[in-house]
Amino acid sequence: MIANFILENRYYDSVCLMQVASKLKEEDGLKEAAAMMGTDANKKLMEEIGLLNDDGRAAGPNDLIIAIDGSDEVVVESALGKAKELLEERKSEAGLDVEVVPRSLDAALEREPEANMVVISVPGQYARREAGKALNRGLHVMLFSDNVSVEDEILLKKLALEKDLLMMGPDCGTAIVNGVALGFANVVGRGPIGIAGASGTGIQEISSIIARHGLGITQAIGTGGRDLKEKVGGLMMEKALRDLDGDPDTELIVLVSKPPAEEVVKKLMGIIKGCCKKVIVCFLGGDMELMKKEGIIATDTLEEAALMAVSVIRGEKYEKSNFTCSLSDAGKIAEAEYSRLGEGQKYIRGIFSGGTLCDEARLVLKEMVGDIYSNLAKEDRLKLEDVWKSRKNCLVDMGDDEFTRGVPHPMIDSTMRNKRIVQEAEDAGVGIIFLDVVLGYGAHPDIAGALLPAIEKAGKVAEDAGRYISFVASICGTPGDPQDYNEQKRKLEEAGVVLMDTNAQAARMAAAIITRGKTLKK
Amino acid sequence: MKKGNELFKQKLAVINIGLPSFAESIEDQGGEVVHVDWRPPAGGDPEIIDLLEKLEKFSDRIDLANDEAVRRMTGAQPVLTGLGRAGDVIPGMGERMILHAGSPVDWDSMCGPVKGAVIGALLYEGWAEDREAAERLAASGEITYSPCHHHSAVGPMAGVVSPSMYVFVVENRAGENRAYCTINEGLGKVLRFGAFSDDVIERLKWMEKVLAPSLAEAIRVSGGIDIRDLTARALMMGDECHNRNVAATSLFIRTIIPCLLETKLGKGVIADVIGFISGNDHFFLNLSMAACKVSTDTIAGMDNCSIVSVMARNGTDIGIRLAGTGDRWYTAPAGMPKGLYFPGYSEADANPDLGDSTVSEIAGIGAMAMAAAPAIVKFTGGTPGDAVKNTLEMYEICQGEHSHYQIPVLDFRGTPVGVDIRKIVDKGISPFINTGIAHKNPGIGQVGAGILHAPMEIFVEALKAFAQTLK
Repeated sequence: MIANFILENRYYDSVCLMQVASKLKEEDGLKEAAAMMGTDANKKLMEEIGLLNDDGRAAGPNDLIIAIDGSDEVVVESALGKAKELLEERKSEAGLDVEVVPRSLDAALEREPEANMVVISVPGQYARREAGKALNRGLHVMLFSDNVSVEDEILLKKLALEKDLLMMGPDCGTAIVNGVALGFANVVGRGPIGIAGASGTGIQEISSIIARHGLGITQAIGTGGRDLKEKVGGLMMEKALRDLDGDPDTELIVLVSKPPAEEVVKKLMGIIKGCCKKVIVCFLGGDMELMKKEGIIATDTLEEAALMAVSVIRGEKYEKSNFTCSLSDAGKIAEAEYSRLGEGQKYIRGIFSGGTLCDEARLVLKEMVGDIYSNLAKEDRLKLEDVWKSRKNCLVDMGDDEFTRGVPHPMIDSTMRNKRIVQEAEDAGVGIIFLDVVLGYGAHPDIAGALLPAIEKAGKVAEDAGRYISFVASICGTPGDPQDYNEQKRKLEEAGVVLMDTNAQAARMAAAIITRGKTLKK
Repeated sequence: MKKGNELFKQKLAVINIGLPSFAESIEDQGGEVVHVDWRPPAGGDPEIIDLLEKLEKFSDRIDLANDEAVRRMTGAQPVLTGLGRAGDVIPGMGERMILHAGSPVDWDSMCGPVKGAVIGALLYEGWAEDREAAERLAASGEITYSPCHHHSAVGPMAGVVSPSMYVFVVENRAGENRAYCTINEGLGKVLRFGAFSDDVIERLKWMEKVLAPSLAEAIRVSGGIDIRDLTARALMMGDECHNRNVAATSLFIRTIIPCLLETKLGKGVIADVIGFISGNDHFFLNLSMAACKVSTDTIAGMDNCSIVSVMARNGTDIGIRLAGTGDRWYTAPAGMPKGLYFPGYSEADANPDLGDSTVSEIAGIGAMAMAAAPAIVKFTGGTPGDAVKNTLEMYEICQGEHSHYQIPVLDFRGTPVGVDIRKIVDKGISPFINTGIAHKNPGIGQVGAGILHAPMEIFVEALKAFAQTLK
């Protein structure tokens, strides 16, 4: 049946009416519907498709005609009701307060013409192009992405140097520039120490220790892990050093990296010796003697680099110490743990999220307990055949590529790490599970909370087998970090974790426990 | 001093490309950051990415050419100077020739509405007696078909122009070129949507015998009507001058009435003329299109220029021409608009995208100026906010901003103009098109209106060809 309803003297925009009609047509039992002003042209159109009756024909150009062809009266009535509802529908204030996210670097630059740094974390195959564009527009770059070829890295870094720009990365996870934490970084105040680092967690640990000792940094410049390899030749480390050396606010420079290529070490030593400012070098596992022979201040742990920097700034003599607490207190802590271990529990298992923290722990432990198996080991005999299975004393970096394919990094999501923790507790030979807990921007908002279920479950697994598992850890973070440092600390301590001030101290404590106090020394 | 040191003295202002959480972290610290909604360039096609990178080496000269192109297009001053018989005024128009919208197409490949319009034109010219005869003639090879764009002309929808039709003549007062476009017939059953019934032909005859001579007289009296000026003002009044021309048509009527009254035309004729124009909100469209054509023709054949000079659809294909590659067309099958339909019709009746009216977008109005015409977004069920978004997105693919056409709601920012294929392909954003929708069968006419995006492949094809021509 055809029905026409007239709403006299009501004007609606034709597009609005077309929209009403199109919504009406979705109603069940409706063959056709129209909502049109009663102009002659519109009436003719409705006439042609047989939608008009005498009611509609009588409508004037200022009247709204709702014409409905429905299967029965109920359908027609309901459609009319729906039409009125649609016409009277209160419009949301779909205001013009539109936020449009720029789709490109250039569009973003229009929005923020003062921009001076571009942080890039797109998939590796696209990263070079984006970084190249940024450099060509005179902008400094932090390139978080990995999977960028070393050739591209060299190309980008040379381009950056030509334009006197920073090209941090590829694979640069951490930087703090002008007080702003970029990527995975901790909240560290401004102060007199400049950091140049080829390793993310290395920078995080050093800057956090400095912050917890009440000092701050000028800049923490990341170079990406490959910068000090032979091919790249320390292009960006050299620039970082020179920039920090030329910065009036920087009084002291800390340089951190895995051991560089020999040629690169030589080159850097030349530059360091030419610096006006004191440079503290921490090449984890590097040739300390060579450095010292050249008169360069070299340290063997991240902790030492940070503490030495603090002492220098404060004008104090740096005194090497294995623990912040007294040796007897450390002894008591160790004893409380090892007294609960069974005779067969001989091994330390480190389950790390930070690569450099894992490395530092490995170096410390090697001196104290001997061979350490690891996925990071350089010696073939100590490399894990199967990274999913630990051997004897063993530290794994679960942030390494082998573990993160297709799953989030353990600093962001601890699922994989949690599984591994429980797995280690099932091994009767294991006495200690050693962890790093990394806070700061980029990291899990409650990493301690995320680890707790695994710590509890591991304890339960051991207990059910009549064993005790000792947990040793340190927090890499500062009280300013978004995670609430003290709350994280409380959670871990309540779970029975032996919490040490730094990663290096945690390693020493693990050694002290597993050797039943034999390695304890000042 | 070194730059690294200079950075240390500045306030850090970051652009974040990639993980949104990095931008959030910077915001949490109270830092300055703009996040980019990044997507893989060219849809991740490595071959095209390589090509884009090669082009980056020529950026300087391409940008130089493109900036000049924007200057030329926005500097053109289109003025309506008269009307003439198509066969007499359109360059290269033969006596047995029919012009149509879009890229070249032969009778067999023409879509329904274009065929319908051709049939109508043959009937109108008196070259055929009835539909059957017209179809035979159309297919006989006796008629030459040629795109409007090959003759400095444009036509909405089917865009069919036959020699006896009168066309507007729009001159570029800032240059030397001219462009031509037919007179808009109104809405519904009209030739340009493929209708050819008796009333359609009668109307065309009236337009030829009464409307065109009267308007020509009035335009002569006016000394020329500045179309750029009317367009600029209409944008301030809620038109985007492609799918919405209410304000512009009203402004035109206001301009033409005193001129009509100054002629020796009889009262009855003047009343009919004004009545006809007033009854058609889209009357201005054909004037606007000719004005856009005058503007965009100024960049045809510019070396090293990656800006689209022509975008048009013949209802079978959509085609573009690139300034830097001259006369060459790049075509792909025309898309289906998303839109609203008149009572009695649905998407099943719709013909693919059709018409030369996309000259509007290429000249910096239409969908480019969507933010000026919030009423238009209703076609897609959007909000005024979406209209603003549409325009803002179009800035991403344009070389410049129009010096005369402004958008009040964007604080009078110039409309985006100079559609750059490098940016289209790189960002994967293709231009929006606002369009009317014709019935797919000949003889029916308009069934709705809507919007769509131009297909990416034509821009990719053009980019490949462009890369070969760089000088």
